[in-house]
Amino acid sequence: MSVFAIQLLNALQYGLLLFLVASGLTLIFGIMGIINLAHGSFYMIGAYMAFALSTLTGSLAVAMVLGVALSVVLGLFLEWALFSHLYRRDHLEQVLLTYGLILIFEELRSLAVGNDVHGVPVPSAFGGSIALGDTMTYPVYRLVMSVVCLAIAAGMYLLIQRTRLGMMIRAGASNREMVGVLGVNVNLVFRLVFALGVALAAFAGMLAAPVSSVYPGMGQQVLIICFVVVVIGGIGSVWGALAASLLIGLADTFGKVFFPDYAGIAVYLLMAAILLWRPEGLFRRA
Amino acid sequence: MPPGGRRAELASGGAILLEARELHAYYGTSHVLHGVDFAVREGESVGLMGRNGMGKTTLIRSMLGLVPPRSGTVRVRGYDVRGWPTFRITREGIAYVPEGRGIFPNLTVLENLRMAARPAPDGRCDWTCERVLETFPRLAERLGHGGAQLSGGEQQMLTIGRALATNPSLLILDEATEGLAPLIAKEIWRIVREIRESGIATVIVDKNYAHVTAITDRNVVLVKGQGAHECDGAAARANPASLASLLGV
Repeated sequence: MSVFAIQLLNALQYGLLLFLVASGLTLIFGIMGIINLAHGSFYMIGAYMAFALSTLTGSLAVAMVLGVALSVVLGLFLEWALFSHLYRRDHLEQVLLTYGLILIFEELRSLAVGNDVHGVPVPSAFGGSIALGDTMTYPVYRLVMSVVCLAIAAGMYLLIQRTRLGMMIRAGASNREMVGVLGVNVNLVFRLVFALGVALAAFAGMLAAPVSSVYPGMGQQVLIICFVVVVIGGIGSVWGALAASLLIGLADTFGKVFFPDYAGIAVYLLMAAILLWRPEGLFRRA
Repeated sequence: MPPGGRRAELASGGAILLEARELHAYYGTSHVLHGVDFAVREGESVGLMGRNGMGKTTLIRSMLGLVPPRSGTVRVRGYDVRGWPTFRITREGIAYVPEGRGIFPNLTVLENLRMAARPAPDGRCDWTCERVLETFPRLAERLGHGGAQLSGGEQQMLTIGRALATNPSLLILDEATEGLAPLIAKEIWRIVREIRESGIATVIVDKNYAHVTAITDRNVVLVKGQGAHECDGAAARANPASLASLLGV
């Protein structure tokens, strides 16, 4: 029983982490119409910032605060310098630019910190484990990760559904020109959405660093699974991304438990089944 | 129908709010505007007329920066707004109700209003969301409905209400009664008249030109992307035949 509970917690934690990365991808794709292959790189950059900044400052919490601030700045800069020129271009040009960015970010990473695998220690405050049943324990840090992810999901719900900025974002997704006619600086709104997406992906990387270690190419792995999330959830739908992330967390985790030989395809079988049932994804565009 | 008090005074002597001079604009490769002059004063109501394809919508869109003019000048309250983004131009107190309405179908009625609501450039806030809902009681009954769930008439009320919530000095209405049942269209005209009487300047584009001239102080007819004829409202009402030949009706 408690084995099942532990796997369920693992599935939840993995799914929620995936949501942080995928929600930004689906917002940028669905609202701004940009296929951003470099989104996984932001996850990688986040993880390396957690490593570098926590080594420098001695505290993962301080590293996270600094890292989020830096990734917002990075997001604002990239949108201004590169992505804002892509809105009216076709998807091929977007793929070329963002694929180029992956290569650039990987090279920069290699120059800055090398190609070794690094570990980031779990903060001592969350270093312990709690007992599950009589014989099993579960690490506190993983629970904290899930709680933080849930809090961010709730914060995003409030931002998108309850604030004027959220209304402008949703309005911009349906009719960008009209938002401008109504006197809203829609370019600025989109720049903020992009920076939010970058910060979410980087924060996910920082959060995951202590449990997954930090290694070259970690962004690409996440990117592919995030595109699966976006497609299953429905392009542009944040709630679709949440549902799809949790489903993928469950499929991946329990796939590994029950069918270890075929675990790699569990997620893609799930995607194929859902797309046969609902080609638009679980949720239509929000 | 003598227009009353302060509004008439503004209409004749008010400062120019929006002005186009020698405007040339292209839509793709086709040359749509051939040197148009157009102006609206504070509190004034102007009918913008012309057959389909004569450039009425393009004139509006190029004054708002949605179609960048190739040459000529556009001034808003005296500022040369060439190169300004649309949101900066409309923030000077211009509201535009486009043909096809531009409701956000994925937002509720209340959200459509709230996302747009703002005080006028001088801080004046005559039109709150509450006052808009008092003016359009049918919208008040449907606050939580999505924009896509509204009837055509309700959508039109919502776009006009949303435009008013920006507290404009000038309201531009492009085919506001198109495709509406006669009773609903009548209601829209009543509201437009009310808006005009409140001192907000209006530019009205509508196929039903008799309704337009019944309201406006002045009418401009575009033919092939040029201002071909201009007359005041009283003259248009007294001699409808003068417009009829230009409009092909």
